[in-house]
Amino acid sequence: MAEKILMKGNEAIAISAIRNGADGYFGYPITPQSEVMETLMKERPWLTTGMVVLQAESETSSINMVYGGACCGKKVMTSSSSPGISLMCEGISYLAGAELPCVVVNCQRGGPGLGTIQASQSDYNQCVKGGGHGDYNAIVLAPASAQDMYDHVDLGFDLAFKYRTPVIILADGIIGQMMEKVELREEKPRMTAEQIKEIAPWATYGKTADRSYNVITSLAMESDVHEKFNQKLGAKYAEIKEKEVRYETYMADDAEYIFTAFGCSSRICEAVVDILREEGIKAGLIRPVTLFPFPTKKLAELSETVKSMMSIELNMGQMVDDVRLAVNGKCPVGFYGRQGGNIFTPEEIVAEFKKFNNLK
Amino acid sequence: MAFKGAIEVDVQKCKGCSVCVENCPTKSIELSKKVNNKGYHYAEMVGEACIGCSNCAIVCPDSVITVYRVKI
Amino acid sequence: MNIEDIKKPENIVYKKSALLTDTPMHYCPGCSHGTVHKLVAEVIEEMGIQEETIAISPVGCSVFAYNYIDVDWQQAAHGRAPALATATKRLMPEKYVFTYQGDGDLASIGTAEIIHACSRGENIVVIFINNGIYGMTGGQMAPTTLLGMKTATTPYGRDAKLNGFPLVLAPMIAQLDGTAFITRQAVHTAAAARKAKAAIKKAFEYSQKGIGLSFVEIVSTCNSGWKMSPTAANKWMVENMFPKYPLGDIKDVLKNE
Repeated sequence: MAEKILMKGNEAIAISAIRNGADGYFGYPITPQSEVMETLMKERPWLTTGMVVLQAESETSSINMVYGGACCGKKVMTSSSSPGISLMCEGISYLAGAELPCVVVNCQRGGPGLGTIQASQSDYNQCVKGGGHGDYNAIVLAPASAQDMYDHVDLGFDLAFKYRTPVIILADGIIGQMMEKVELREEKPRMTAEQIKEIAPWATYGKTADRSYNVITSLAMESDVHEKFNQKLGAKYAEIKEKEVRYETYMADDAEYIFTAFGCSSRICEAVVDILREEGIKAGLIRPVTLFPFPTKKLAELSETVKSMMSIELNMGQMVDDVRLAVNGKCPVGFYGRQGGNIFTPEEIVAEFKKFNNLK
Repeated sequence: MAFKGAIEVDVQKCKGCSVCVENCPTKSIELSKKVNNKGYHYAEMVGEACIGCSNCAIVCPDSVITVYRVKI
Repeated sequence: MNIEDIKKPENIVYKKSALLTDTPMHYCPGCSHGTVHKLVAEVIEEMGIQEETIAISPVGCSVFAYNYIDVDWQQAAHGRAPALATATKRLMPEKYVFTYQGDGDLASIGTAEIIHACSRGENIVVIFINNGIYGMTGGQMAPTTLLGMKTATTPYGRDAKLNGFPLVLAPMIAQLDGTAFITRQAVHTAAAARKAKAAIKKAFEYSQKGIGLSFVEIVSTCNSGWKMSPTAANKWMVENMFPKYPLGDIKDVLKNE
C-alpha cells in the first residue's frame, strides 16, 4: 500500500517535484501559492536529490531562469499566481518559441490587476489562449485535487519533454490551499548527464566534439524560415490535440444535461449532478483535465444527444467560449459564474440550471 | 633582435574599416584602391616595413588578418 | 628575405581563432563587437574550455553572437541573460557560463537581472558592451548615452532635465558583496585589446573560483549610430566616453592575494 500523506495542494507540487526528479525550481513569493517554494526550502532537496531551488528577484527573472535551465535539458519549473503569471507571459512565449520543456504552476487568484488573493479561475483565457505574444499554445492541465497537483507535475514534465513545449498547471487558490490525502507515487531519479544528451540532444550542456554547437533561440529573421517554424509549431499543436486530450466524466453516459467545469468548480458540480439525479433529472459532468488540448470532440459528440450544456466557472465566462465552439450551435449552452473569491453552492447552481432550462 | 613580418588579408571578408591602418606602427597597411565583392576598399600590406607585431590583426573586428614573422 | 617567403605556416604568429566560425559578421565596419567576440573566442580557445562553455546572447546587435563563436548558445529575452546564466551555472556548476550584453539590454531593461545576479554572487562572467546607444533599433538613446550626445531620440542632444543622466553601472555593482571582479576596458588599440583580453581571461578564471560575479565592461563605439567613420568614432570615444567611463579595474577581490 503506497504511503498517503495529508498535505496542501501547493505542498503536493513541491513534494512531487522532488520525488519526480525535478532539477530546478525558480520562483517568487505570491499568495496563494507561496507554500510551493516554502516547502521546497524546508525540504532542502539540494542535499538529497541535488535539485536546485532559488528565490528569484521577480517572476520575470524566475521564468527566465526556467528558460536558462530548460536550455540545458533540465527538468525545471516555477510556480506563481495570476499577477505573477502575467509577468511570466513574456518568458512563456519565448519558451514556446524556443521549443523548451518546462512546468509552470498557476495557482489562480482573482483579477484584473492586483485583484484579490482569493481563489478564481479567471486566467483561463490567459493560459489557454496564449497570454504571451505570438502563435503558440502551452499544454494546460487543470488539477481538481491535491492528488492531481502531485500527479500533474510528473505528467507535466513528461508532456513537456515529449513535445518540447511549456506545460501550465492551471490550479487555483482552493486546490492550492486545501489539505487532502495524497498518495506518494514511486520516486523517479533525476536524469543523468548521459540521459539528458540522449533525451535532449538539442540542449546547451556544452558543445562536444561529435556535434556542431547547439543554439537555443526563438529568433528567425527570414520570412520563409519564420513561417515554416510557425507551421511546425502548428503541426505540433495539432498532434497534441489529436493525442493528449484528457477529461473525466461523471454520470455523463445517459445524461440529458451536461455541466462543464474544471478544477475546483468541477468538484462542486459533482454535488450538483447528485442533487439533480435525486430529483430524477439526468444530469452529468464533463471535467476537462487538459484545457489545451480541449475535449472538443467529446463535447461535440454529446451535443448531438443532450438537451443543453452549462459551463460553471469562477470567472465571468471564459471556458464557455470553447464549449460553444465545440458544440457549434447543436444545443443551447448556458453559463454561471462567481467572482471575487466567492464560490457557488450546489444549490445556487441547481437554481441557475433550472432557470436556464425552464425546469421546476 | 629584429623582426620582419608580413600579413595576409582575407580580402572578401574585409570591410575596410581601417582600424588596422590606424594601429600599424610602421605604416605598412593601407586601404586598397580596389574593392572586394561587397564593394569595400579592403586592407592590404604596403612596402616592406612590417615587423609582424600583430597589432593590426588584434584590433581587426572581422578577424581577417593573418600575421607572419621571422627573425632577421 | 622577400614578403612571400615569410608567408609560410611555420611563421604564423597570429591568425583567426579556431573558435570563430566562418560566418561573416553582420556588424558594421569597425564595430567593436567583432573585436570583443574575437577576444572571447581566443580566451576560450587558449583555456581549452570550448566543451565547458555555455554562452548567452542578448537582444540587440549582438543577438547574433551565436553565429560566430563555436560554443553552445542560449539566446535570452531582452535584458534577461543574467537570469538564464544564473540557472545554467547553478544547474551545471562545473561549466563556464558567460553573458554578452549591450548597454540597452543590461543597463536599461535588464537592470533588475544584472543587479540581482551580482548581489547573489552568481559565479558567471558578464561581458558588457557600452557604446552609449541602441545600435540595432537605429541609434536611439541608451541609459549610458552621454549628456549632449545626439541620438535618434535625443536629436538635440541628451538633456539631463528631459532625459536624465547617464547610468554608470560598474561602480554601482562594485558596491555589491557578490561581485568579485569589475573592470572597464576598450578595444580601439592593440594595447587596449590585449589588456581587455587579459581581463576577459581573468573573469573566466574567477568564475570557477566560487568568489562571485565577474564583470567586464568594454567601452565601445557604434560608428553607424554615432554617424562617424570607424576611426573617427574611436577618437571620439577616447575624448568623450573615457572621461565618463574611465578604463581600469574597479574591483578585484583577489588583488592582494
